[in-house]
Amino acid sequence: MSAVQARRVAAENLIVVPYRRVSVAALATNTLLILLGCFFLLPMLWMVFASVDSNPDWAIKLPTLTLANFADVLSRADALTSFRSSLILAGTTTVLTTVLALLAAYPLSRMHIPFKRSFMLAILFASGLPVSMLIIPVYQMYVSFGWLDSLYATALFLSASSLPFAIWLMKNFIDAVPVELEQAAAIDGASTFRILRELVLPLTVPGIAVTGIYTFINAWGAFIIPFVLTYSPDNQPGPVEIYNFMGSHGLFKFGDLAVFSLLFSLPVIVLYLFMSRYFSGAFNFGGAVK
Amino acid sequence: MSLAVAAGLGPRLDRERFQWSSLLMLSPALALLGVLFVFPVLYAGYLGFTNLALVGSRSRDYEFTGLDNITRMLGDYVFIKSSWLTIIFVVGSAIVGQTVLGMALAILLRNALVSVRVVIGSIVIVAWVLPEITVALVWYAFSQAGGTLSILLRQTDTNFLVTVPMLIVSLANLWRNVAFSMLVFSAGLRNLPTEVLEAAEVEGASAWRRYRLVVLPLLKPTIVTNLLLVTILNLSEFTLIYAMTQGGPGIETMTLPLYVYQEAFVFHQLGYGTAISLVLVLIGAVFSLLFVRASRSQV
Repeated sequence: MSAVQARRVAAENLIVVPYRRVSVAALATNTLLILLGCFFLLPMLWMVFASVDSNPDWAIKLPTLTLANFADVLSRADALTSFRSSLILAGTTTVLTTVLALLAAYPLSRMHIPFKRSFMLAILFASGLPVSMLIIPVYQMYVSFGWLDSLYATALFLSASSLPFAIWLMKNFIDAVPVELEQAAAIDGASTFRILRELVLPLTVPGIAVTGIYTFINAWGAFIIPFVLTYSPDNQPGPVEIYNFMGSHGLFKFGDLAVFSLLFSLPVIVLYLFMSRYFSGAFNFGGAVK
Repeated sequence: MSLAVAAGLGPRLDRERFQWSSLLMLSPALALLGVLFVFPVLYAGYLGFTNLALVGSRSRDYEFTGLDNITRMLGDYVFIKSSWLTIIFVVGSAIVGQTVLGMALAILLRNALVSVRVVIGSIVIVAWVLPEITVALVWYAFSQAGGTLSILLRQTDTNFLVTVPMLIVSLANLWRNVAFSMLVFSAGLRNLPTEVLEAAEVEGASAWRRYRLVVLPLLKPTIVTNLLLVTILNLSEFTLIYAMTQGGPGIETMTLPLYVYQEAFVFHQLGYGTAISLVLVLIGAVFSLLFVRASRSQV
């Protein structure tokens, strides 16, 4: 490697080369990171250890291994029901939000629409509005529609509240798909919907996946919306169920609670790992507010 | 017709034409947003100036009460305290905590061994991906008397959610959300022009000077965007705080979103609750304007 090349590599990695020389700095960096890592790991570790411990308490300790907690939770009807409710709620929200966002994002990305810029700004502004503001008028509306305590009606509002950000995300993905292919297809006489179905859709799969998974992760963890809009035990999704467990001091077993929240967290962790392949470019926000 | 669609992609033919098919594709989203987003926002703008209640006679015969809710707020010590708590929470946990720790993590990870970077980076991201209710639970366990924190600090009789509740919920929130800022800053660092850094290094600037005088000014747009996003996201934080403390002990962690919930759905004051939520939106708007302004001023 020539000197110029070496310096270039060094500059690209900012300060890797000086650190290799000054090993004290490298040692300090890595030690500090490992300490910070412990701060992030310790609270989570409690959940993992307590879930397989036959006699857990609030502190982290090496477990006396057992699978009884898992057997316990998996045989509880209320736990399984809340998983079902969460699936219905998050599934419906994800399908609805993703389809509507895709349909809306395509013309916003490709067509001439009056006031498009203002519309996109309004969308961005809307995604920042607090749900705790929207929930009161929506509660009033749901009372008068007779929609309270329905999982699908709840999913409808969850979709509405996820839609602004989903449209914004999806539009950015479609913007990145080259337009020349569509122009060629249009010249060959393909209709707008055919172009959308056979050309844009396959090319936008990563964008659809990211938007869908992002929406699902949010809906899966949504708390205040189902907390206010549903009340019967059969319709309580996982987060509300865990909250109720936490509130009933002494009436639950630590192990069960740990197992339940562990099982409830697994789907979103798996989905995130799947999504992160596509997600690397999504954090290039530099100057986005200009 | 189809050619016009294609030409609509370029600016010239496009300017005059509006495709009805685009309205068709936009309409389902517009309908849903209209009914369950725009209307509720406008409705909230009205309800905030009424005496609507959840139960009783006022749940039906409510009326426009002008500025009554505003006057009531100004004399409501819970509201005043709640506003302060919200600002402390957002400034401490998000604006300072999340931004500083996120930046530190991004820089440290960049210079760490690959194995350390992968493991620690993943742990921080898992904390972010976990459902909020799970974060609330593990931090609840962490800070109880007899929990891990009390053992580490050798005060096993102390329930830290009672003695320092605001600090604990702020830490829990920082713990959960810092990955977001870390990812934003990592991307920002990756996109820096290498020539400038190279020049600084050739000139013999120390690592500290390079970060302070070259990297930070170049990252300014990323920092401002990060500040804007974390402020808006954290202002409306409800689940984590509510699940850990319900706003207590007393009203020690009753930030505005929790106070809105309590007034509306526990005390049944839907009108007053809505009025408070409008203040929350106003605070968000003020912060956003400040940041957008800051981003426009020169480096």
